[in-house]
Amino acid sequence: MIGSIAAIGAGLAVIGAGLGIGRIGGSAMEGIARQPEAASKIQTAMIIAAALVEGVALFGVVVALLGTR
Amino acid sequence: MRLNTLFLKKLFVLSLIFAFIAGVNASAFANSEHNETVLKDSAHVTEAHAEGEGHAAGHGEEPFEPTKVIMEHISDSHDWHLWGHTSIGLPVILYTEAGLVTFNSSEFHHDQEGTHVVEKDGQKFVRFENKIYYAAETANEKGQYLTLADEHPTNAKPLDFSITKNVASMFLSAIILCLVFFSVAAAYKKREGKAPRGLQSFIEPIIVFVRDEVARPNIGHKYVRYMPFLLTVFFFILINNLIGLIPIFPGGANLTGNIAVTFVLGTITFLVTNFSGNKYYWKHVLAPDVPWWLYPIMLVVEVIGLLSKPFALIIRLFANITAGHIIVLSLISLIFIFKTLYIAPVSVAFVLFMDVLELLVAFLQAFIFTMLTALFIGTAVEEHHH
Repeated sequence: MIGSIAAIGAGLAVIGAGLGIGRIGGSAMEGIARQPEAASKIQTAMIIAAALVEGVALFGVVVALLGTR
Repeated sequence: MRLNTLFLKKLFVLSLIFAFIAGVNASAFANSEHNETVLKDSAHVTEAHAEGEGHAAGHGEEPFEPTKVIMEHISDSHDWHLWGHTSIGLPVILYTEAGLVTFNSSEFHHDQEGTHVVEKDGQKFVRFENKIYYAAETANEKGQYLTLADEHPTNAKPLDFSITKNVASMFLSAIILCLVFFSVAAAYKKREGKAPRGLQSFIEPIIVFVRDEVARPNIGHKYVRYMPFLLTVFFFILINNLIGLIPIFPGGANLTGNIAVTFVLGTITFLVTNFSGNKYYWKHVLAPDVPWWLYPIMLVVEVIGLLSKPFALIIRLFANITAGHIIVLSLISLIFIFKTLYIAPVSVAFVLFMDVLELLVAFLQAFIFTMLTALFIGTAVEEHHH
């Protein structure tokens, strides 16, 4: 039972991360399409922002993982 | 730019080779796993027969518990498992009430249930789920020399300084890093001013990348001081991520997916950042530009901000690598959950895909860790222009 609730929690965390990283990736694509010469700078900034979002989502996943113990 | 594409090409070729090796290994790993389960199953069946009618019907086969197997594979252990029932014993170093005690971990004979007592220097030890405890005087009804409360032993524990699988793996990666970088450094001294050659031409683009894309844009003109630290962190995380992806012997330890290891890395980043902080940095933390009555709140917020940055680094690296290993092991576990070899091609194909993805993640996480470390150091050494 606790395992299932933890799994739901992990799933919710993943939804948040998906939305966040999706928006970052989409915006970066638009930015690169408008200004292809800035692609490398946009990519670096995109990866950093994605990592920050992912970090928060992973907090959720880790807590869910600890919950199953 | 030309340098960059060249590097990418090399990386691509290398990743293809690696993916191939990883795929072959994954299937070999699957086979050995299978044999082991079969062995265990048959052992259990004979045991059940010997015990006679004591057990209820339908207990003939040991159920496969994927969670337990996966947790076993991603956690640290006292011996280095090779295949089936073969493993390498590693030194166990305990600091007990009566001083240091050392012995080889093979003396536990693969026991993880606390049933096998090792007696050394007049003291008795048992191992239960990768932790070593002082043995109890008498065994309980399951033959364990432990007192269990809620399935957790309540026995006292000696301080454990053992060379575990993770520590041995870290020694290995340290040796590899030393060999590679001392030889490259010697080559630079010998061939000063000439074009790089051999191993040099593989390492140089990565170092130039860390310098030009990570250190200089984030730290500014003071970047030279922090290059050794950033490069060390980058290559340490990278090589341990890559070694962790190899499923057979010299690899397979989940080092960067161990919270203690990433904790130490994060702590070093925290110390370096704060010791290099200038007066503007500390003014921003201790006396920010806000009305004085906000100080009690702002001070707490700023201190939490200081701590949460390395904390995020710690959790990110740990969770990314551990999640990757869990996914690969889960895919392999599918074979044993469905109890058929016909699922193996699917499983191995997905594992191959995941391994290639993990190869990307290995580079990406090393990059992200270094990048954010450089960013934090950059904010600490930044000069203000008000």
